[in-house]
Amino acid sequence: MLAWRRRADVLSTLFFFVIVASLFPLGIGPETELLRSIAPGVVWVAALLASMLSLGRVFANDFQDGTLEQLLLTPQPLFLVVAGKVFAQWLTAEVPLVFIAPLLGLQFGLSKQTLVVLVISLLLGTPVLSLIGSIGAALTLGLRSSNVLIAILVLPLYIPVLIFGAGAVQASVLGFDPQPHLYLLGALLVLSLIFSPWATAAALRISVE
Amino acid sequence: MVKLGSPNAFHWKLQYNEIESQVEAQQTILDVVNLGCVRGDRRVFRGVNFSLKPGTYLQLTGPNGSGKTSLLRILCCLLPPEEGRVEWQGAEIHSLGEDYFADVTYLGHRHGVKDELTAEENLQITAGVNGIEFDKNAIRAALGKVGLTGRESLATRLLSEGQRRRVSLARLILSNTKLWLLDEILTSLDTASVSLVRSLIEEHLTGGGMAIVATHQQLTLNAGHTDRLELQT
Repeated sequence: MLAWRRRADVLSTLFFFVIVASLFPLGIGPETELLRSIAPGVVWVAALLASMLSLGRVFANDFQDGTLEQLLLTPQPLFLVVAGKVFAQWLTAEVPLVFIAPLLGLQFGLSKQTLVVLVISLLLGTPVLSLIGSIGAALTLGLRSSNVLIAILVLPLYIPVLIFGAGAVQASVLGFDPQPHLYLLGALLVLSLIFSPWATAAALRISVE
Repeated sequence: MVKLGSPNAFHWKLQYNEIESQVEAQQTILDVVNLGCVRGDRRVFRGVNFSLKPGTYLQLTGPNGSGKTSLLRILCCLLPPEEGRVEWQGAEIHSLGEDYFADVTYLGHRHGVKDELTAEENLQITAGVNGIEFDKNAIRAALGKVGLTGRESLATRLLSEGQRRRVSLARLILSNTKLWLLDEILTSLDTASVSLVRSLIEEHLTGGGMAIVATHQQLTLNAGHTDRLELQT
């Protein structure tokens, strides 16, 4: 299931993330205070957009070459298959972002402690992005310009993740305790873990008709 | 509108009687009752009835757009029927869910072969997700049987259309399902492969399996019982 052969896809997502996040310090100029205060939002928004890039591919390739039909007809419960695919997507597209994020944080002059919070918040938040995004990807399967549709469908649902993810980092920048935000992110993760594989499985069934 | 084997009704009836007398004691496994299908606004077919017993080969024929593919997709739950029922061993297939899929192999128009992976990896994945015990030798043997020896570790995007089709045929060899649903299986296959398909199906039928094949080419088998179902537009 891991189409690891297409390394270009993984790298393009990663570069997109790095470039988007790097454009801000370049555009705004070297005002450390300002950069530090916008950093959480910028890094998180860049992560959201980068994950949108890879979402369209979760099922589209499988749909085109007929592998998806075969996956739907396996004797395994479909939500498990879906969970496996989403996990693979997270591993190949989102985990690299999490690891590169501290480097970007350095550009914004974040402290070491804040960088740790950034990584934790991304670790908790990106699986939610993958899970929610997979619903959108499954719903828009086989449609033309499905990538734009995914963005319209899914980005509003990303808002809570963005608020709490960026909120945690912001709290850490301002010297507050980021834990409440992280707990809420964890709650979102559990919630989406429980519901989204089912929703995605149902959406896939509708899409292949 | 559907008629059962209208051009050669006599022939069909004859075969049917033959089956009746020979395997009367055997239970039907797959029952299709009054099946109807609508795609978009257009009615594709209605009132399709047939049942399959072990060792039966059903040849689906009909012009383009007569619903052969739709019928096969309904039979493997990829498409919900507009009306009617499909029963597997007396139970509705939708209620069986994954238990039914363990008995069915579907090969569609699209091969279900990943371009980036090699033929061997493709089969490993298929075997893996279908919960079949597999070992490298079995997979190599299957690929050898479909004439892909020496190309096992080539990315499938480098293979020709017919060779990719053969990778999906190798999937049939590895499968241990009772019902095969094959959609236009003979397209882009050479004569040698066509006879390979024939012998695969014959073997499958002798082992008590069933096969439903949508095709424009006649496939004459020397084993099992052949039924014909003609769909009309």
